[in-house]
Amino acid sequence: MPDVTKTKTDTAVDAVAPPTEVATAPAAGPAPKEKSRSLWGDAWYDLRHRPMFWIAAVLLVLLLAIAAFPGLFTSADPRDGDLTNHFLSKPQLTHFFQADWFGYDVQGRSIYARVVYGTRASILVGVGTTVVVTLVGGTLGMLAGYFGGWIDSIISRITDIFFGLPFLLGTMVVLNAFTERKVYVVIGALAFLGWTTITRVMRSSVITAKQADYVVAARALGAGTRRILLRHVLPNALAPTIVVATIALGAYISAEATLSYLGLGLADPTVSWGVDISSAKDAIRDNPHVMLFPAGMLSLTVFAFIMLGDAVRDALDPKLR
Amino acid sequence: MAEIRKTDEAVDATPADATPNVTEVDVVEAATEEAAVAAIDAPVERGEPILQVRNLVKHFPLTQGILFKRQIGAVKAVDGVSFDLYQGETLGIVGESGCGKSTVAKLLMTLENATAGEVFYKGQDITRLSGRALKAVRRNIQMVFQDPYTSLNPRMTVGDIIGEPFEIHPEVAPKGDRRRKVRELLDVVGLNPEYINRYPHQFSGGQRQRIGIARGLALNPEIIICDEPVSALDVSVQAQVINLMEKLQDEFNLSYLFIAHDLSIVRHISDRVGVMYLGKIAEIGTDTEIYDHPTHPYTQALLSAVPVPDPGSREGRERIILTGDVPSPANPPSGCRFRTRCWKAQDKCAKEVPLLAIPERFAGADTPAAHESACHFAEEKDVVHA
Amino acid sequence: MTTIEKTASAPARQREGDDGTPLLEVRDLHVEFHTRDGVAKAVNGVNYSVHAGETLAVLGESGSGKSVTAQAIMGILDMPPGKIPQGQILFRGEDMLTMSNEERRKIRGRRIAMIFQDALSSLNPVLSVGYQLGEMFRVHQGLSKKAAKAKAIELMDRVRIPAAKERVGDYPHQFSGGMRQRIMIAMALALEPDLIIADEPTTALDVTVQAQVMDLLAELQREYNMGLILITHDLGVVADVADKIAVMYAGRIVETAPVHELYKRPAHPYTQGLLESIPRLDRKGQELYAIKGLPPNLLKIPTGCAFNPRCPKAQDICRTDVPLLEPVTEQDGTPLPGRGSACHFWKETIHG
Repeated sequence: MPDVTKTKTDTAVDAVAPPTEVATAPAAGPAPKEKSRSLWGDAWYDLRHRPMFWIAAVLLVLLLAIAAFPGLFTSADPRDGDLTNHFLSKPQLTHFFQADWFGYDVQGRSIYARVVYGTRASILVGVGTTVVVTLVGGTLGMLAGYFGGWIDSIISRITDIFFGLPFLLGTMVVLNAFTERKVYVVIGALAFLGWTTITRVMRSSVITAKQADYVVAARALGAGTRRILLRHVLPNALAPTIVVATIALGAYISAEATLSYLGLGLADPTVSWGVDISSAKDAIRDNPHVMLFPAGMLSLTVFAFIMLGDAVRDALDPKLR
Repeated sequence: MAEIRKTDEAVDATPADATPNVTEVDVVEAATEEAAVAAIDAPVERGEPILQVRNLVKHFPLTQGILFKRQIGAVKAVDGVSFDLYQGETLGIVGESGCGKSTVAKLLMTLENATAGEVFYKGQDITRLSGRALKAVRRNIQMVFQDPYTSLNPRMTVGDIIGEPFEIHPEVAPKGDRRRKVRELLDVVGLNPEYINRYPHQFSGGQRQRIGIARGLALNPEIIICDEPVSALDVSVQAQVINLMEKLQDEFNLSYLFIAHDLSIVRHISDRVGVMYLGKIAEIGTDTEIYDHPTHPYTQALLSAVPVPDPGSREGRERIILTGDVPSPANPPSGCRFRTRCWKAQDKCAKEVPLLAIPERFAGADTPAAHESACHFAEEKDVVHA
Repeated sequence: MTTIEKTASAPARQREGDDGTPLLEVRDLHVEFHTRDGVAKAVNGVNYSVHAGETLAVLGESGSGKSVTAQAIMGILDMPPGKIPQGQILFRGEDMLTMSNEERRKIRGRRIAMIFQDALSSLNPVLSVGYQLGEMFRVHQGLSKKAAKAKAIELMDRVRIPAAKERVGDYPHQFSGGMRQRIMIAMALALEPDLIIADEPTTALDVTVQAQVMDLLAELQREYNMGLILITHDLGVVADVADKIAVMYAGRIVETAPVHELYKRPAHPYTQGLLESIPRLDRKGQELYAIKGLPPNLLKIPTGCAFNPRCPKAQDICRTDVPLLEPVTEQDGTPLPGRGSACHFWKETIHG
């Protein structure tokens, strides 16, 4: 699971004697030539100066391209197995981008092609789950945090109940109820138990934001709930959610692989890294390459998302500057 | 037009109301929303009361339990406050933290619901208004906040912040005209209109407070409630902002309710001053009456405790050092609320609540000491000039 | 009970007779912060000294470097982003910046103590007040738990916290703001330091409580013959307690003077402007004098005199040459001890 508390603890680091005098000073006396700089703009500026961000970004752009156009990266068919010729052939590491680059698996299928084609399923599960979770969890958290009272009590108790369910076990139980496990089914199952984290993060940041003076000022002007929520509270409560969601994205991808390995996630004929890792388990002793490449891609993807999340958090958290 | 009916009896006639501090309320009974809005937008003569606060009470319930909340008491933040604000004047409200002065501001802004009491704006009780009439009141009463760093949305440009009032009250300025109005407002508060696309964090504290003031001015309000508007600013910038506020008052014919803990600044800007202690007004009068002729012991202690920027007054200046802290507003002392820290306290002070009225000994006398003071043993004492 | 007192004129303070070495001397201190937007020069060559029994008030606005200097003295600057490129901080003649961490730690708390503005966040909320006070004795003097607690009660009595014995087990949030500040003072006093640095000690307090706390601090200082560095922006508080004043602007000291002198005849336009811009309690003035412009941006300190864009007296030389802190004299050249001004036109300012 993503580490929710991390963003919190990090902000407490500079509790001891921050150079407050300096913190206010750069804002002073903007010369007329200074450009307009929004906080998002500042964060983007900050991101651009982080090598970690660029490593993550290059990796992710590549992964997205592979997911979108796998045909561009390989001409082999991931489902076309040739048991007679290629059964468990070793990788040919000098045959760049060719079908036998990473070798062949138990059924004689090109591992390179499978890794390429498996990207789409993994990325789809990760992105899809994150979108669903952010929309559902974010909305619930926003409502609970903003309105408080019984709405908050109900949402928070439901969140607590779902939070108490073991994530993986719960997802397995849900998936077990479906015979045909398509990508959207896996997304649904992961989201079913995954939304609680975002709800909690969103709720607490909305509570902080709604107490700000600028919200009081908007209320004093006679602004309606919609305006206050969408213009004042949400933009100021979004940053922690973005960070948690980015890091969680990686976690969902690995959760999909875990489920597929256990035979409860995606399954043949869907091509996915989890499915390949699962089917490689019997051959791993003598032919580790069968597992190595899908597992390596999986780790790389998760790593890229977590790194991106870290970079984004550092950029969005002005206290760490 | 609204039907304006004069009521013969004063509203809720407690003795505290029968003083020159408060005048009779001409209650406006508006039959329709249109009538109410019309009455709210009607002009008021200079020197006439524009806002009349009567026996205003705000208790915040103290509850226990998570699921089943039950009330175990109440924080009596504001406990029976009455005063008038006249058109074109500045009424200063001073007091220490916890005296309820900021809660009064929130009640007048209808950001909190009053537990009891009325706030009449041009004869209409705003605590009972809703819908368009309430919106019209909100247009006419604006607020300037204490902290210029938190009162501006960091993710909105200055243009959007100052322009937001027009979006909420579109009738004030047509859409195409708003940008120009915002530039005008920036100019009025002494900021470069070119800054319209910048964000709050690109400005210093004093400049941000100017942006807050521009937002408050956008709707052409009649009253601006200033809650500690300069206390977060540097000394050298405070004077700039105070001067700006005085200039704007003349220019736009504004009435100010100026809430602050800095007694020197309040004297500088106010025509009249009310001193609050634990949810009640202890003493109220013109600035000369309060500062040069205080009769309430709390006012005297407060004034004498202010450090004066003159080392020469170190020797010889009389200082009244109060012992202890302000009691909790959840459990205020019986009788006079100041008695636990007062050097004049007698048995009577524990039993009888002193009313805010001109002390009998000064009544009828032509002296600046003859102003309302809620003390059984009111006595003039100049602590400022000693 | 409430006391009404005529403050007697403070007796001339005893100087540490022996060799005249000041308790603390800051020499040409520079502090800078490396931020994303560039180098913020928070302190640019500060010199001041405090003797035992003396109160030095460091007066300045936000960004003047007054607190950063104090943090540098205490060794609690965040480094990085902070950096001390040059300067000396001499405690009893020894440079603290070249000492080992261990040596410095021994001085901190025991010889030099600090009082912060925000007592609530400076006290640990999960430990009782008595425990936190006693900790000083257990750690530094190795007292037993019981003896440390007795010491804690004694200290609370000394800073006049009512019912100290009953309240020693209470937690910080159970005390009011004024009482918490007293606890902070008690903590600073615990090991009877030679020097106390108080950073805006009463800014967060109400005016009636502020008077109590300042009185207490002044009295304890006399009693222990401590040096006191009072950092504040409040010209009123300074007038009440300080012996001498250093006015800071943009990381430099722009004026130094004994307290009476400063208020009577400021020798720097900034000090003059500040004094004129505060409203008076005892009379209703006309429009306030306002120093124009904005406090300086530490990333872009103006060339020459940092105050020049806001100064009514500024000439060309002010935009090119940095004025040094020079001794201020009478018109006829009679020296005025302890007075200095970093203004090219100090003569015109004080005598004009």
